[in-house]
Amino acid sequence: MTTLLKSLLGACALSTLAIAAQAETTLTIATVNNGDMIRMQKLTDDFTKANPDIKLNWVTLEENDLRQKVTKDISTKGGQYDVLTIGMYETPIWGKKGWLVPLKGVDDAADLLPAMAGGLSYEGKLYASPFYGESSFVMFRKDLMAKAGLTMPAEPTWDFVMNAAKKMTDRAAGVNGICLRGKAGWGENMAFIGTMANSYGARWFDEKWNPQFDTPEWKAALTDYLAIMKDAGPQGASGNGFSENLALFQSGKCGMWADATAAGSFVVDPKASKVAADVGFAVAPDKGLGKHANWLWAWALAIPAGSKKATEAEKFISWATSKHYLELVASKEGWANVPPGTRKSLYANPEYQKVAFANMTLASINAADPNHPTVKPVPYTGVQFVAIPEFQGIGTKVGELFSAALAGQMSADDALKQAQDYTKAEMTKAGYIK
Amino acid sequence: MARKTTTAQMTMATIFAWAVGLIMFFPILWTALAAFKTESDAYSLPENWWSTPWTTENFGIVQERSNYLRYILNTTIIAVVSTLLGLVLAIPAAWSMAFQPEDRASVSWPGYVWLVIILGAMAAAAAIAYSVGWAMSARPLLGLLLIVIFSLPIAAWVWTRRTGDKLLWMLSTKMMPPAGALIPIYLIFNRNGLVFKDWGWIDLSEWNLIDTFAGMIPLMMLLNLPIVIWMLYTYFKEIPFGILEAARMDGAGLWQELSSVLAPMALPGIASTLLLNVILSWNEAFWTLNLTNKYAAPLSFFISEYSSPEGQFWAKLSAASLMAIAPIMVLGWFSQRQLVRGLTFGAVK
Repeated sequence: MTTLLKSLLGACALSTLAIAAQAETTLTIATVNNGDMIRMQKLTDDFTKANPDIKLNWVTLEENDLRQKVTKDISTKGGQYDVLTIGMYETPIWGKKGWLVPLKGVDDAADLLPAMAGGLSYEGKLYASPFYGESSFVMFRKDLMAKAGLTMPAEPTWDFVMNAAKKMTDRAAGVNGICLRGKAGWGENMAFIGTMANSYGARWFDEKWNPQFDTPEWKAALTDYLAIMKDAGPQGASGNGFSENLALFQSGKCGMWADATAAGSFVVDPKASKVAADVGFAVAPDKGLGKHANWLWAWALAIPAGSKKATEAEKFISWATSKHYLELVASKEGWANVPPGTRKSLYANPEYQKVAFANMTLASINAADPNHPTVKPVPYTGVQFVAIPEFQGIGTKVGELFSAALAGQMSADDALKQAQDYTKAEMTKAGYIK
Repeated sequence: MARKTTTAQMTMATIFAWAVGLIMFFPILWTALAAFKTESDAYSLPENWWSTPWTTENFGIVQERSNYLRYILNTTIIAVVSTLLGLVLAIPAAWSMAFQPEDRASVSWPGYVWLVIILGAMAAAAAIAYSVGWAMSARPLLGLLLIVIFSLPIAAWVWTRRTGDKLLWMLSTKMMPPAGALIPIYLIFNRNGLVFKDWGWIDLSEWNLIDTFAGMIPLMMLLNLPIVIWMLYTYFKEIPFGILEAARMDGAGLWQELSSVLAPMALPGIASTLLLNVILSWNEAFWTLNLTNKYAAPLSFFISEYSSPEGQFWAKLSAASLMAIAPIMVLGWFSQRQLVRGLTFGAVK
C-alpha cells in the first residue's frame, strides 16, 4: 500500500514539474558563426534574467548550410526556428513572399541607420532588425605607402589605387601591392567585382532586365581587375576570400586590401596582426562617376511566418538589436567590440568615435544606397547583389566565370560573353525578359 | 607457385605504397597541424609549420563553446542503434538471398500480366479518387480502401519474386544522389501525419521527426541497409549450404538455424559489417546536417558550427574535426585486423 502511495505521490510531483516546464517557452534561434553572434550567445543571461519564462536554444551553422536549412524550413512553413539570422539579400525577397513576420516592436526604430532600415524593408515594412551592418573600404599599409613615395587620399580613385598597387609590389620581399577577393560566389568575388563595376558605371541589368555584360563599362571594370591582380596580386588569388586575404594582410603580405569594414577590428588587433600599428583606412575607390565601390550588408534577425512563438521572438529581437545591448557589450568587452553599423546613436557617442575605423565605417555605409546602387538607373534594389530569387544562381555562375578568368583559364572577353549568354537565358526562363 | 620478386622491385613497390599512403593521409596531417596553431599561423601553413608556436587553446575554445560530449553521445546512439537495427533486418534478408533463391514458390504469370494488373489497379484507384473529388476527410474508410487497391498488386508482385536476383537492384538504391531525395524526405520528416490528418484519420502534425532519434535512427539504418545486406550476403555465401541442410535434417527450426548455426559461423563477417557500418554512420554528414538541429545533432553538426563567413576559423575548425574523428579513429585502429579480415573475407577462394 505504501509503495502504491509513494508511486502515486511521485507521479503527481512529476506531472507538476511537467506542467511547470510547459509554461516555459523555448525559442530556437538559427545563427551563423561569426564573432558578434558568438558574443551575443555569451551575453544572453541579461535577457533570460529579465524574461525567466523564455529559454533560448541556439543553432549555429556555417553560412551556406544555414541558408539552405532556413530556406527549406521557411518555404515549407516548417516552423523549426523562431528567430532567423538572415542577410540583406533574403529579407526583401522573403518579406514579399509573406514568409516573414513584419516587426513592430523594434527598440527605437527611428534610430536605425536609414540605409540599413531601407535594405531590410519591403514596401515600407521592416521585416528584419539589423544586428550588425557593414560596408567595404580600403585598408592599407601606411609604411609601404610612404616607402613608395605616395600619400593615400581620403577618397582615392581607381587610377591612384592601381598605380599605388604596382609601386608597392615587391615580390622578392613577399609583398603584393593589393589583395582582392577571387574565390567564386555571389557573396564572395561578385560582392567585390559587382561594386567595382558599379563605380565604373556598369550595372547588372538595364531597366528592362536585359543583362549588361556586353557593355564597355563591364569590360573596363573586369579588364582592370584582372590586370591589377596579375601585376600586383598574390599568387593563387582565384581561391582567396575574406579569410584568406585577412591572413595575408595580417602577416604583412598585402600593401592594400579592399574588403568588408568588419575587417577593421581584425587588422588593428595587435594580438593577431603583425602590421596592426601601420594600418590606415580610406573610402572605397571611385572612377570619377560619383559612385564609390562599396557594398552594403547587414546580418539581421527575423521571425519566420511559421513560428508559433512570434511574440516571444520579437521580444528577443528587440533586446538583441537594442541600444541597451550595445551598451551591454561596451561595458563587458569595450567599445571596439560593439556590433557596428546599425544605429545613428552609436556613431554620435563620443566614446565610440574614438574607435579607429568608426567614422570611416559610417561614411562608407552612408555612401551606399541600395535603391540607387549604380550610375545609370536600374530596376532592382541591392548594391552588391540584385534582390531577386534568381540572383543566387546567376551571381554564383558569373562569379565562377570571373574566377576562371582570374586563374587564366579564359579571357575577360570570353568570361563576359558567357556571363551575358547565361544570364540572358536564365532571365528569359524566369520570365523577366519577354 | 610464388613469383620471384627482386629487391629493387620490392623497394619500388614499398616507396610507391608509402607515397600513396602519405598523399591519402595528408589532409588529416594538415588538420592535425592546424589544430595546434593560432588562427593566423594556420592560414600560413605549410610555411613555418615547425617554427611557429604550438598551442592547445583551440581545443579549449571549442570545449567552452560546444557541448562536445552531447554530440559524441548523439552520434554513438545514432550509429550503434541504427547498425544493430540494420543487422536485425539484414541477417534474414541475406540468408534468404544466399540460401533460398530457388525454394520459394512463385506465381508464374508473365511480366505483362503483372504490369496490366498493377497499372489497372492504380488507374482504378485514381478514377475513384477523382470521381469523389480527391478529398477524403469525409470518407476515411474509402481512403483506406483506395490505398489498398493502389498498393496491393505491387505488394503481391514483390511477394512472389525470388530474392536471389534482387542484390544489384538493392545496391542501385545507393546510386541515386541523396540530394535528389532531400525535399520529399524533408517534407515527410517535417509534416508527417499531415496526410492522415487530411484524410480524417489521425492528426500527427505536431509530432515532428526532424531533430529526433525516432527520425534519424531509422533513416540511417535504411541508408546503410543495402550495404549491410550485400556484405552479409558475401559472407553467408562462403558457408556451405550442406551445414544448414544438416541442421534442418536434425530438426532445427528456422530460428535455430539462424541463431545457432548460421550466426556463430558468420560471426567474423557480422562483426566487420557492424564495424564498417558504425564508421559509415559516424561520418555521415548530408542527412544529419539537413535533418537535425540540436537535440539529435551529431558530430557533423558540431564541425559545421566552426565554419565562419567572416574572420578566421581554420584552427578552431581543425580542432573540432580532430575531436570529432578521434573516437572513431581509435576504434578503427583497435579493430583494424578484424576489419581487414572481414573486408577481404570471400575475396580469395
